[in-house]
Amino acid sequence: MWPWHVLLLAIVLAAWQILTKTEILPPFFFGEPLQVGSRIINWFVTGKIFPHLGVTLMETLLAFSIGTLLGLAAGLWLGLTPFAARLLDPYMTAVNSMPRVILAPIFAVWFGLGIWSKVVLGVTLVFFIVFFSVYHGVREVSPVVLANARMLGANRRQLLRHVYLPSATAWVFASLHTSVGMAFVGAVVGEYLGSARGVGYLILQAEGVFDINTVLAGVAVLTACALLLDRLVTVVERRLLTWRPVQAETGSQS
Amino acid sequence: MSARQTGTQALAFDSVSCTFPARGRARETYTAVCETSLTIADGEFVSLVGPTGCGKSTLLNVAAGLLAPTQGQVHVLGQRLHGLNREAGYLFQADALFPWRTALDNVIAGLEFRSVPRDAARESAMQWLKRVGLESHAAKYPHELSGGMRKRVALAQTLILEPKLLLMDEPFSALDVQTRQLMENELLNLWSQDVRTVFFVTHDLEEAIALSDRVVVLSAGPACHPIGEFDIDLPRPRDVQEIGLHPRFVELHAAIWQALKHEVLKAHGLLDA
Repeated sequence: MWPWHVLLLAIVLAAWQILTKTEILPPFFFGEPLQVGSRIINWFVTGKIFPHLGVTLMETLLAFSIGTLLGLAAGLWLGLTPFAARLLDPYMTAVNSMPRVILAPIFAVWFGLGIWSKVVLGVTLVFFIVFFSVYHGVREVSPVVLANARMLGANRRQLLRHVYLPSATAWVFASLHTSVGMAFVGAVVGEYLGSARGVGYLILQAEGVFDINTVLAGVAVLTACALLLDRLVTVVERRLLTWRPVQAETGSQS
Repeated sequence: MSARQTGTQALAFDSVSCTFPARGRARETYTAVCETSLTIADGEFVSLVGPTGCGKSTLLNVAAGLLAPTQGQVHVLGQRLHGLNREAGYLFQADALFPWRTALDNVIAGLEFRSVPRDAARESAMQWLKRVGLESHAAKYPHELSGGMRKRVALAQTLILEPKLLLMDEPFSALDVQTRQLMENELLNLWSQDVRTVFFVTHDLEEAIALSDRVVVLSAGPACHPIGEFDIDLPRPRDVQEIGLHPRFVELHAAIWQALKHEVLKAHGLLDA
């Protein structure tokens, strides 16, 4: 299938290039794919992008892993403690529906303009996705498997380790694909609102001088990184969830 | 009286009642099991038959300690049961294997929970897989096994702990007829090698007669209770396919069905109460 994917991309880019070159679309506002491409190549050849990309990736990975661990822990805890779940339920829903991106300036005040304000923003985005998945996963553990484990002599800790955790893993991975993107959103929006480094910062600088090509180059680099990270999640998922039945794939494998 | 009865009681229900809050209506209750007394001798194979929706599984869950009776008490090997029944192994109707563990790791699970050293547990599990004929499928996950294979893994998973009491909740009801008869013979075979008390719940009368020493008929719900007991004096060892042709089997079947028919009709609302 991938040659077709490449072909589709090539057609869209070519059309875009032609439309801007013939000035049907003003290149000042729409950028030019070749210019964007050369900007990206220039970044990597000169190495100018690496410190920025490094910071953004660092923030993303930290937000992703901290948010996932907290979400997993909170999901397991609330899933197994009905009282706490009933007590906190309205607050969890409220905080989740809050537009958290708006909190970014407050995080900047609390945690400074370094990486941590971006990490915290990312964590608040990732946490809830993972939390709700695990919470529902725990409550939907098969009661028969649970009863079986108890009859086989599992104590509370062993139930958590051998039943709830593996059962929740499947749910965690389903949510991780969404949270990878969210971790990037947290990092870039955070940088965009106030920083001295990072790809978000590069994009902000370029926007300041109406350099659309650089803005688009930044977006393209971020997209590629997000896809790469998502791919990594898939690889780990395949390794950890070998026990799951493979869904029948339809269509030809060409 | 069955020849296997030695006088000691493996499991005894003493006027057990189970009442649940009725679904959706506050302050109303539903009595699943009412005033049931039943004893099972050590080494006896007892089947509980009854129409669907009666409290068969409820009684089994009470015996397992998964459910506390509202009234009455349960004794296991002479000891009053509090909490989970540690002497019992439970074979469930639905798939109860851990889907994230291979067949071998599923069989090991119980030993692992009891902190048996890994190597010893592995060896013992391999032997049990061999006994149920699945040693070549040890590395497969449950979804890669057929329904009958999964039941055999479940059987090995339960029996590896050598429970003194085996509780079975329509374990073979989801299998096709051929697989089911194979599994029934396998169960009889395993049981004859190593006799232990079995409390078997089914709605299939033929299965109950073919396997058991004694069949207990339960009334239709709600508030079900035993209404008849039949000693199955058929020779052992048995083959479930052949035993059905035995004249005594036919007689027993007719007698038990006579008792059961009324309850089945009642359960389906085909009889004026």
